[in-house]
Amino acid sequence: MEFFLQNVVNALQWGSFYALIALGYSMVYGVLLLFNFAHGDIFMVGAYVGFFVATGLLLLVSSLGLVSMPGWVVLVLVILVAMFITAFVGVAVERIGYRPLRQAPRASAAITGLMIGIIFETGNLALLGARRLSFPELIETTTYTIGGVTVTNKRIMIVAVSLLLMFALHQFVQRTKWGMAMRAMAYDFAVVPLMGVPLNSIAALTFGLGSALAAAAGILFGVAYPVLSPYMGIVVGWKAFVAAILGGRGSILGAALAGFLLGFIEIFVATIFPSTLRDLIAFSIILLILVFRPHGFFGEAHTSRLRL
Amino acid sequence: MLLSVKNLRVSYDKIRALHGFDFHVNEGEIVCIIGANGAGKSTTLRAISQLVPVEQGSTIEFMGENLFKYTADKVVSQLGISHVPEGRRIFGNLTVMENLKLATFSRKDSDGIHRDMARVFEIFPRLDERKQQKAGTMSGGEQQMLAVGRAFMSGRRIMLLDEPSMGLAPLLMQGMFDALRQINEEGTAILLVEQNARMALKFAQRGYVLETGNLVLEGKSSDLMGNPEVKKAYLGG
Repeated sequence: MEFFLQNVVNALQWGSFYALIALGYSMVYGVLLLFNFAHGDIFMVGAYVGFFVATGLLLLVSSLGLVSMPGWVVLVLVILVAMFITAFVGVAVERIGYRPLRQAPRASAAITGLMIGIIFETGNLALLGARRLSFPELIETTTYTIGGVTVTNKRIMIVAVSLLLMFALHQFVQRTKWGMAMRAMAYDFAVVPLMGVPLNSIAALTFGLGSALAAAAGILFGVAYPVLSPYMGIVVGWKAFVAAILGGRGSILGAALAGFLLGFIEIFVATIFPSTLRDLIAFSIILLILVFRPHGFFGEAHTSRLRL
Repeated sequence: MLLSVKNLRVSYDKIRALHGFDFHVNEGEIVCIIGANGAGKSTTLRAISQLVPVEQGSTIEFMGENLFKYTADKVVSQLGISHVPEGRRIFGNLTVMENLKLATFSRKDSDGIHRDMARVFEIFPRLDERKQQKAGTMSGGEQQMLAVGRAFMSGRRIMLLDEPSMGLAPLLMQGMFDALRQINEEGTAILLVEQNARMALKFAQRGYVLETGNLVLEGKSSDLMGNPEVKKAYLGG
């Protein structure tokens, strides 16, 4: 039982990263019928932006001789600022990479996405060199043992921040007029301009939101595993993409749930089988689910888009 | 003159759908464009709403201004040209209320929005009853009401209507045209595109007849209804 609960705790943290990243894939797909294959690399960019914001902030605090800020205040600031900055990276990716291709065949957009990802990876390598950066320790680790289950404060923080962000996104999409426009675009893209809604602004907003969430995931990842590398987004990004498919393309709830589910499957497979077989078995399970539910948990069968 | 269209030419993939269509709509007027399927009626409305590119030499002026300076969303939000598309195209995943609110996305006059919303519910009491319902679960007639209500909320100088009678039972159709007449009497001009020529000519003051992208006849509705060619081709003898 303790063993089981311990793994649940681990899976929740692992699933948080997948869920936050999967949301970005799913939102963009829902609104623009496009998979942004650069999204995993935006997660990486977010982690690096977080690294520089954190380093800068710590430097600023110490050089100004300010009363030292508590670590969690710095962390919250880092998350917010990096989310904001990375949102603009996402907006730029949409503006420069995808918008000119909106009428082009979908393969063009997919190739562009992969290309943008490579540009981010190699650009990072060119600018910062091959050295790996280590994410600054913003909060000290405290370990709690509850009934034989070990939980760190970081782990609780990661899961809590992820859930909070998902809740905030849900509220935004359900309650604001921008969220309403996003939902309308997911349903019938062509009619949205007839409502006086600027399509391009909503497309940019969707990319911005998805990228901000990926940045949050990047920083939380950096807190848990403090080594950053230019290629850190590739595997995590592809796995989150699978989670987005599993959740049902375009479904926010589905992406979040499937992200966590993927975390659970991976962690539990690894406790039973040798860890080298983890991905093989985990993704076989997902393939099996998709055989029975080809549109994922909450996906809809209609994907063709009506013209006006 | 509210809307003036000259030499309108539109092509889809090198096939020309409109071969230089000239027409106009005066302030407060109801004008209809009739013609068979594929005559270019919907294309005309799409061109006004900036949803399809037009060819060189086409001009569309709205209140004396070049319409091509505006993007599709600005045509609605700044010029007040609303468009009820063919097949209604309401957002089935949003509630009735959300559909109406979305149509006010770019409007800043909250008093005006409240007033218009109340007016929509007066004209279509059924929508008031279904405010919180998902729009996709409503009947075809109710969805058409919502499509018109949405247009009413988004822009009010002129309403472009694409086949509003399609798929409606005769009684519902009559109710719909009565509602449109009310909206028109409150100052909104109407440009109506219809395959149901009899209904359209009864409703409009003037009409244009399109045949495979060419204007073949124009005139007062009463004259068109009396025209032997129109009678033969569109009014069933």
